[in-house]
Amino acid sequence: MLIQEQSRTGRRATAQAPLHSPEVADIPEGLRRRARPALPEVSEMQAVRHYTRLSQQNFSIDTHFYPLGSCTMKYNPRACNSLAMLPGFLGRHPLAPETHGQGLLACLFDLQEILKAVTGMHAVSLAPSAGAQGEFAGVAMIRAYHRARGDHARTEILVPDAAHGTNPASAVMCGFKVREIPTGSDGDVDLDALRAAVGPQTAGIMLTNPSTVGVFDRNIQAIAQAVHAAGGLLYYDGANLNAILGQVRPGDMGFDVIHMNLHKTFSTPHGGGGPGAGPVGVSKRLEPYLPVPLVAHEDAGYLWLTESDRPESIGRLTAFGGNMGILLRAYIYARLIGREGMGRVAEFATLNANYLLARLQEAGFEAAYPERRASHEFIVTLKREAREFGVNTMDFAKRLLDYGYHAPTTYFPLLVPECLLIEPTETESKEDLDGFVAAMTAIRHEAQETPEQVKGAPHSLPVRRLDDVRAARQLDLAWTPGASEDAHG
Amino acid sequence: MPFIPHTPDDIAAMLATIGVDSIEALFDEIPADLRVGAPALNAIPNALSEMEITRLMQARARTDGQPLCFIGAGAYEHHIPAAVWQIATRGEFYSAYTPYQAEASQGTLQLLYEFQSMMTALTGLDASNASLYDGASALAEAVLMAVRANRQTKSQRVLIPRALHPAYRRTLRAIIEPQGLELVEVDFDPRGGHTPVERLEAAAGSEECAAVVINQPNFFGILEAVDELTDWAHAHKALAIAVVNPVALALLSPPGDWGAKGADIACGEAQPLGMPLSSGGPYAGFLCCKQEYVRQLPGRIVGRTLDLDGKPGFTLTLQAREQHIRRGKATSNICTNQGLLVTAATIHMALLGAEGLERVAANCHANTRRLGELLGAIPGVEPLFERPVFHELALRLPAPTAELLRSLAAEDILGGFDLGPDYPELDPALLVCATEMRTEDELRRYADTLARLIATPVTSSSGQVSQV
Repeated sequence: MLIQEQSRTGRRATAQAPLHSPEVADIPEGLRRRARPALPEVSEMQAVRHYTRLSQQNFSIDTHFYPLGSCTMKYNPRACNSLAMLPGFLGRHPLAPETHGQGLLACLFDLQEILKAVTGMHAVSLAPSAGAQGEFAGVAMIRAYHRARGDHARTEILVPDAAHGTNPASAVMCGFKVREIPTGSDGDVDLDALRAAVGPQTAGIMLTNPSTVGVFDRNIQAIAQAVHAAGGLLYYDGANLNAILGQVRPGDMGFDVIHMNLHKTFSTPHGGGGPGAGPVGVSKRLEPYLPVPLVAHEDAGYLWLTESDRPESIGRLTAFGGNMGILLRAYIYARLIGREGMGRVAEFATLNANYLLARLQEAGFEAAYPERRASHEFIVTLKREAREFGVNTMDFAKRLLDYGYHAPTTYFPLLVPECLLIEPTETESKEDLDGFVAAMTAIRHEAQETPEQVKGAPHSLPVRRLDDVRAARQLDLAWTPGASEDAHG
Repeated sequence: MPFIPHTPDDIAAMLATIGVDSIEALFDEIPADLRVGAPALNAIPNALSEMEITRLMQARARTDGQPLCFIGAGAYEHHIPAAVWQIATRGEFYSAYTPYQAEASQGTLQLLYEFQSMMTALTGLDASNASLYDGASALAEAVLMAVRANRQTKSQRVLIPRALHPAYRRTLRAIIEPQGLELVEVDFDPRGGHTPVERLEAAAGSEECAAVVINQPNFFGILEAVDELTDWAHAHKALAIAVVNPVALALLSPPGDWGAKGADIACGEAQPLGMPLSSGGPYAGFLCCKQEYVRQLPGRIVGRTLDLDGKPGFTLTLQAREQHIRRGKATSNICTNQGLLVTAATIHMALLGAEGLERVAANCHANTRRLGELLGAIPGVEPLFERPVFHELALRLPAPTAELLRSLAAEDILGGFDLGPDYPELDPALLVCATEMRTEDELRRYADTLARLIATPVTSSSGQVSQV
């Protein structure tokens, strides 16, 4: 039942609001609201019980193995949350002077330095609020760089066909045309196709490495050489940075600009869909264009650099310059794992992925790229199961929920049929990985013996499979007063 | 090893299963010359224990102090009920991701549907998305959306008031400029502080516009004549985009009621709904619209539907608008948004209800009005504009603003937002706000301190900052 449906006229969580209700007669009548908005009228306990119960209907990292490929669902240390929520940090107004922000600024400055070192980039801005905003900032900097040189012919961004959807969407938001580059049968970018595609119209290429098919592109240096020789720049999508943290640096691979997803690699919470943080790092030639604000350190202390200090900046992406609370969590995480911990993240993420892949292969599942080493994630294709048992990837995914596992990413990347993209992360134990293999094996057995059991899954969750077509055709996007009874019809 | 559970036996067994003799061997496809050498990471400090990082962060948080805040300017210090963040940080909300597997995410999905319902109730519009990054980026998405959605004109011009938050105007430019849209700034009336229709008329000239941005209250706290502005937009084939404060909407006319036809799109900053100030983020942007534009709405949207047994449930819907399906043709590149903040906002609104929010709004307004009386009694301090305000007040000062603010900050009072740098013609001027959190004593302390500083100007040496 919706919180709105529990509402009773005249009931209120009285203690939460101010006791008095002063006159507002100076606000002209014509600009005032005529009727109160239909917000819930419930007691404090009703609200607490309702939202606690809703929380219990979620799978989460804290409750379930969550091997959602490309999302790096690793454990979010609790200290990161409690320390980022200390009153001095939480209560600070964004426009408070730097005199009342040296503690925060020290953390942000240190985080910039850590991110520079671990990515091999020349400078970092923490401003972007999530990966997609980091992509926008990165491509906008590529645009600014070419324009500053008077190179207006570079109107095209290259994107591999396996790329995240955000890549082409970000390039288009920056005013570019997108050209797709095919992926070879070995999982690496098709180098010949790339060489044929670059030219004086190439502004740059957006790459994820390891790629979304879960392998490290062995030709990365040749790719960098080809794009740079044509006058283009290289953009690194940091979605898969967890695979190489402390082992390989995007700056050393030849990337000119990168974004990092701190809610992936630096373990800040995913929050049911954010907030994230998507800092960008750049090589020296792109440094003037970084989004503001930046944090600088001078003798007098730490200070913000804003538009007036950075005239060539691509500008400001949010009103107050970023998801500070998330940046603090990432900083705390970085300090907790330290220098040696960085490399360990990649080591154990890779160990877990390769172990899980080996176990699934032993159990008879088909790897999409069996000749390749897995990075921190890998793809299993269920096309044989779909053909032989009539049970597809979505069915497997839904049945996994019954077994207490969040499903891996399904049907992405699009070029592998019936695929599961599986990313266990470094924080899962061997027992948890073994449990997942046992569940997959049991589901395949069911697919063979009692396929309806799998096709009808899930059976044990608050709802069974939902009608997405109905959701899109008979749009019901908001509750309205009086509509409760007929909404279910 | 922090957060890594592997025992030596585990590692040995796992390597044996894979068929390699070391973890290092798993990196054998990476060109050797790309592997990072240890010195490259020297700038990264060694690991701290939880106790050590706690000590460090507590020291740093203390440095930032807890000054008395009279700054609003787009971020407002409100009381947040204890239950809001206790529930929002439950692991089941905190550590879940975007609800792609609907059946395993009904908690988040239902909550988002409730949020959408609350936002449509507040704005008087038909549909809401599940959040954008913040108010300023939400405005940028609203403008892009309006230009796509307006079928009456192919114009790429958008009118924005100069009395809109300067940081919103800068963000808007940064995000939309690469797509070639043109922003035309509309000046405010120097006496009223509002944006009169005649100024829209003058700024528009003879060319068509795709949209008009209407800000209620505007950056100076002034109440705009929103009905006339909305009607003007519609009479000129433009969509009306409302930029509103959600707490103010508990008292003020909702965008859906503006003018004869209502605003088409409403957006703004959801921070006043249970989000701590946190130096500027994470907050959440909201974006609502009329039903006819819902397919142009960017971001996640949750719909109610039925499961196989005919039981109601919730799922992400209209995903064909989004980047993971439409790629380069998506309505936006947005993917991760501000889910956890929306969780907090939803619980916050459920606890306060319409009456509670109305009381918060009325108390903020009364406190700011009272602050205006106290400060207005200081010689040389007077309201900049004569029109009615809501919850925020622009004042003319008799002395340079930046110096006064520095001196106030040295006494742990954040006196407001200096209007001079963005509006040189108003200088020296200050934008103040006193939310429901400020007591009469605190208002008096501010007024007394400001009076003393104005009466006895000192050359302050408060630029010093202490480091941790």
